[in-house]
Amino acid sequence: MNQITILRPRSGFQAIDFRGLWEYRELLFTLAGRDIRVRYKQTALGVSWVILVPLIAAGIFAFVFGKVAKLDSGGVPYFAFAYAGLMCWNLFTSTLTRASDSLVGNRELITKIYFPRLILPLSGIPSAFLDFSVAAIIMIIIMFAYGIEPHIGLLLLPIWLAILAVLAAGIGIWSGALAVKYRDIKYIVPVMIQMLLFASPIAYASNAVPMEFQTYYYLNPIAGLMDAIRWSIFGTVQSNWWTVGYSASFGVIVLIVGAILFRRMEQEFADVI
Amino acid sequence: MSSSDISVSIRGVGKQYTLRHQGEQENTLAGSALAWIKRGFHSSSTNEAFWALKDVSFDVKQNQVVGIIGRNGAGKSTLLKILSRITELTNGEVHINGRIGSLLEVGTGFHPELTGRENVFLNGSIIGMKRAEIKKRFDAIVDFAEIERFLDTPVKRYSSGMYTRLAFAVAAHLEPDILIIDEVLSVGDTGFQRKCLSKMHDVAGQGRTVLFVSHNLASVRSICSRAVLLRQGSLILDGEVEEVLESYAASYNTEVSLMAPKVSGDSGWGEEYSLAFEDHHRKIFLRCGDHIEIRFVVESPKSLEQLTIGISLLDEHDAPIISMSSKVQCVSSAPGRSKHWQVSCNMGRVPLNAGIYHADVYLGNGLIDVARFSKAFVLQIEEHDVFGWGRGIPARSAWGPIYWAPDWAIVPRS
Repeated sequence: MNQITILRPRSGFQAIDFRGLWEYRELLFTLAGRDIRVRYKQTALGVSWVILVPLIAAGIFAFVFGKVAKLDSGGVPYFAFAYAGLMCWNLFTSTLTRASDSLVGNRELITKIYFPRLILPLSGIPSAFLDFSVAAIIMIIIMFAYGIEPHIGLLLLPIWLAILAVLAAGIGIWSGALAVKYRDIKYIVPVMIQMLLFASPIAYASNAVPMEFQTYYYLNPIAGLMDAIRWSIFGTVQSNWWTVGYSASFGVIVLIVGAILFRRMEQEFADVI
Repeated sequence: MSSSDISVSIRGVGKQYTLRHQGEQENTLAGSALAWIKRGFHSSSTNEAFWALKDVSFDVKQNQVVGIIGRNGAGKSTLLKILSRITELTNGEVHINGRIGSLLEVGTGFHPELTGRENVFLNGSIIGMKRAEIKKRFDAIVDFAEIERFLDTPVKRYSSGMYTRLAFAVAAHLEPDILIIDEVLSVGDTGFQRKCLSKMHDVAGQGRTVLFVSHNLASVRSICSRAVLLRQGSLILDGEVEEVLESYAASYNTEVSLMAPKVSGDSGWGEEYSLAFEDHHRKIFLRCGDHIEIRFVVESPKSLEQLTIGISLLDEHDAPIISMSSKVQCVSSAPGRSKHWQVSCNMGRVPLNAGIYHADVYLGNGLIDVARFSKAFVLQIEEHDVFGWGRGIPARSAWGPIYWAPDWAIVPRS
């Protein structure tokens, strides 16, 4: 019959509230739907914006790293190579930045309405994937144009993308929660993203990194993952599968620890935001 | 009374806020890291605790409509925020039996770029309705808001009245077992307010439990059967609505009498004016029907040649009942220049009903206003049998603040 809710002071660590999240799943999609509608409504260029930005960036990378620096892309046309990297990189950054801004940006909701707060950083994921699908269609066109044949590894691509999203959401939960308390997080995150872009094999292939730095290089969880993604799309040589396992475990741990810390910090959100 | 009758049970609830001292730059990561290093890697200890609620306990039975009243900062909103789970309690326990819905502000989450239709679904699901429920009530919502023609227009093109109507309409069709409302009635035009009020009567009539916070005592009186009074975070009184409202008015009074005998007012240019009352008392005790004379001394920072005085007597909603002004009456002060002035305002026999009236005082130098004293003094008028009919004047809540003794002519006609 009636549900009974008991409110008590919380202390110590809290389990992740899966039941609450499930109960409020509609809200997650409503919020995601709001973002998507608003974005595609506001700019008549809505869709074309999503298409143009990675195309231009890929063009620049292809020129700077392919033509000027003459880096090796494993036999793949440099433009297609860079575009594939960027399209996934954008999935990562848009999930991360949306999650990061989600709490402060929805101050009004947090101070007026109850819902599991974890909904907010997660609600950016659907729209990030929508943008990704648009970019993926362009990728298919590019592959046709260059006559690149799809590789069998493509079947595993969804797994790599899932790991990438988990990683982004995990970091986003941390930065989103910290941004409530610390107002400089919103300036720190873009700088970190910029640094990470060049620390990851997006604009160049990971084998361009000198041998003696390789071990440190792969501490970046995105590095191994990007190798796997490129392998899935182009069949380029995949050096070490362990790095993907590392990325996956890194992502899952960041997400779980982030969600638990988030539960602890969310008690204060409405008071300090 | 079995425990299943109880909708909300509040047991010893307290809420502590931490006041952070300013100037420490601890709202940035860089700043707090620096502060932490400066403190020698110790955690901060300069925070000060502040209890917004202290040990509040009461039960709300099913179908009860309870008003929560108290002055600003009494903890009303904090209590509602705890009940609606927006903020968490520091100690105590709350049991809520049923689905709870809160309207702490209408239109939460409305997006200006989206159409009325889209916003109904958006806002509905934000305040806790399922999509299927919204679909079922969609027509009723649109009907209530009276915006059929503008359903597919972005709400940024709505007038503020349309916006509020739509927002309230969605909220009013949320059907929780327990409804929490904070000041929503202060929206829209009078016609719409009346509609909202009657909607809330319906809600209360349908056997729903309602917790209602408002500064508008008239609407508390008309909707609620019971009220609780909070002061400085503690529950002071819990009982019948009339009894609690009366005590609320009285609590106003005792707090005022504790204040200093002198009040200061500011001209806005940093000059300080003050008023001092006879017997060092800012409360004037009278009986109904007495002559009212207000006397005080004005001290000004520079000597004035032409002092004018304005006084407004206020009702419990701070709306003026009687205003007087020597400037408007073209009354000049006695000749002379001074920094000290003796003021007497003889009102004569004023037909003010029993009750407590705060008064604002204004000072002017000639035609220019120089200072304002908000709630400078209090008139407390006790019940008295003015007309000698054996009882006093009927209560102010029934008769209003002013009674009148007209000449009657009541003659039989054949």
